[in-house]
Amino acid sequence: MKQKLKEHKEPFVRIAKRVKIEWWKAWGIRGIALVGALLVCAAIIYAVVALNPLQVYKAMFEGAFGTNKRLWVTIRDMMMLLCIGVGLAPAFKMRFWNIGAEGQILAGAIASAACMIYLGTLPGILLLLVMFLCSAVAGGLWGLFPGVFKAKWNTNETLFTLMMNYIALQLVAFFVALWENPRGSNKVGIINPNTRAGWFPPLFGQDYALNVILVLALAAIMFLYLKYSKQGYEIAVVGESENTARYAGIRVPSVVIRTMTISGAVCGIAGFLVVSGASHTISISSAGGRGFTAIIVAWLAKFNTFVMILIAGLLVFLEKGAIEIASRFDLNNFVSQMIMGILLFFIIGCEFFIQYELKFRDKKHKEAQA
Amino acid sequence: MSLDSLLALLQAAIVFGTVILFGSVGEILTEKSGNLNLGVPGIMYLGGIAGLVGAFFYEMNNPNPVPILCLVIALGCAIAAAVAGAAIFGLLTITLRANQNVAGLTLTIFSGGVANFFGGSLNRLAGGVGQISVSATSAVFRANIPVLRDIPIVGKLLFSHGFMVYLSLILAFAVSWFLKRTSVGLNLRAVGENPATADAAGINVTKYKYLATCIGGGITGLGGLYYVMDYIKGTWANDYTIESLGWLAVALVIFASWRPTRAIWGAYLFGVLFWLYLYINGLSRGTKELFKMLPYVVTIGWLIIVSLRRSRENQPPASLGLSYFREER
Repeated sequence: MKQKLKEHKEPFVRIAKRVKIEWWKAWGIRGIALVGALLVCAAIIYAVVALNPLQVYKAMFEGAFGTNKRLWVTIRDMMMLLCIGVGLAPAFKMRFWNIGAEGQILAGAIASAACMIYLGTLPGILLLLVMFLCSAVAGGLWGLFPGVFKAKWNTNETLFTLMMNYIALQLVAFFVALWENPRGSNKVGIINPNTRAGWFPPLFGQDYALNVILVLALAAIMFLYLKYSKQGYEIAVVGESENTARYAGIRVPSVVIRTMTISGAVCGIAGFLVVSGASHTISISSAGGRGFTAIIVAWLAKFNTFVMILIAGLLVFLEKGAIEIASRFDLNNFVSQMIMGILLFFIIGCEFFIQYELKFRDKKHKEAQA
Repeated sequence: MSLDSLLALLQAAIVFGTVILFGSVGEILTEKSGNLNLGVPGIMYLGGIAGLVGAFFYEMNNPNPVPILCLVIALGCAIAAAVAGAAIFGLLTITLRANQNVAGLTLTIFSGGVANFFGGSLNRLAGGVGQISVSATSAVFRANIPVLRDIPIVGKLLFSHGFMVYLSLILAFAVSWFLKRTSVGLNLRAVGENPATADAAGINVTKYKYLATCIGGGITGLGGLYYVMDYIKGTWANDYTIESLGWLAVALVIFASWRPTRAIWGAYLFGVLFWLYLYINGLSRGTKELFKMLPYVVTIGWLIIVSLRRSRENQPPASLGLSYFREER
């Protein structure tokens, strides 16, 4: 057998972990990724509808912010995404992959809708409070189950929470059949259209002002909870290392169960927002994939609430804009999902260049060595 | 339950099971390299839509399509698109070391958008009206052997299916054999268990991860193609079924404890559980929806049992979900 001695060559490019990076460099890289994503999206849109991409982006802008009503719908949806992201943050900080937000939202939505239907005669504020609590409890339960099994027997939470999504989805289908109105439509229809019982009341003349206040309050509370409370500190320690946590005398199982319940409860409140503060009905698309999108939002923001607002805003802008294009050019709405995917690919990919730096082969350096 | 309805249930279960079997077998291969690809529903979407679009353009331009060409075009497009989807996932997680859960979910969002967008509006973009449909190609995918099919009971159960049902079985056995009996398969498992050790032993970890992810993706994509061509007979439906089937395929990987041969009966069991509600009399529409939960409930039950028993052979590959960076050992 002939064996060739391989000459060692310095690779053309090698990767090294950055010790630290200036903030302007990090945001510069993110900016480049964003521009890259928009360019690719523009190319695809051009290929499909053969329109000037600049005009397309102008149309998108009008779709998202063009009228006062559109602006508020954009804000409302942004707050939805933020609310779910806020709910996911504690779980992710604990390194617990809660991908069951979709199900937790639906569980909360079922609870809210049930209150609206069966307790519609309660006075307004009381009814809203009951709905708030019930949806938090329902979402909390949806988070509690996987949490308990994770804590006791280390059952894989990613798949457990994922399966819980579909159980919630089928439950919604069951309740839709139960509550359908009118009969045979397989739709629940607008609940309490005349009395408006259980609807968010308009504040300052805006239908969605309460959504904004509620979500921002939740976000602020969660921020303080994670950063300054003892429980928040425990979550951080468990997330970094379970062994350290155990050594420090933290009861890991109870932290896991508690955190998952809180996470589920906030997602359940997001379900309350969907039913009571936005659609006033319930259907199997009430969550509409936002549970999954929010996972990416929360992860990209590294659980920083303010970055979450930024990313949620960007995604909702794209979604609304793409839907506007779709309706103008008679395409279907899924174009927004496609564009969102492309943007996320770029944002996820660019994190690499923030954490690592590429070192290209340096010829002079090599000659000097030789 | 009469014999006829039992047969019909089993037949439907096999069709249902085949979709998720493809998904599972592909995902098992991917996960054995340590890559947890949550983009399975997305890759199935890509495979389904690409096969459909390929066949659509071929049938549109040729009034008398040649069956074998229909087959080759649909298969080729489906595999190419699925591999491309898996390659994006590979680029993000292997080269760019992104979090695998996040990259996988993004792939699912993106591909769901691509597939439903083209599935819903391709016909209009091409100047037609109504739904996209490829009857000739679908017929090829659903063709079976008349003589064997007409044997009572056995024929209906075993020989009334299109060729992809048998292809899924062959692939399941082939992947099982590859992982257990070949040295390349052993290397792959080493990469999934402990990439640092595999690297030290001279295995090219990056290459193995990329190949396993892309080939696994190709197999997963076939599930989407089978769904489009056989299950819904060559049309498109924007009803998220592919997505829920894709997640079931991910669940089936756990259910089968990363063994392709065990995934076979698991897939058919899921099929029986899913269609059971059709064969129980007197269910209201609401109760039927509750029955459709069964596969998911069973998976959760199985997850709990596996975690209780903690037997070593049922565990996932040790490095599953972690990206590997040589300098961080």
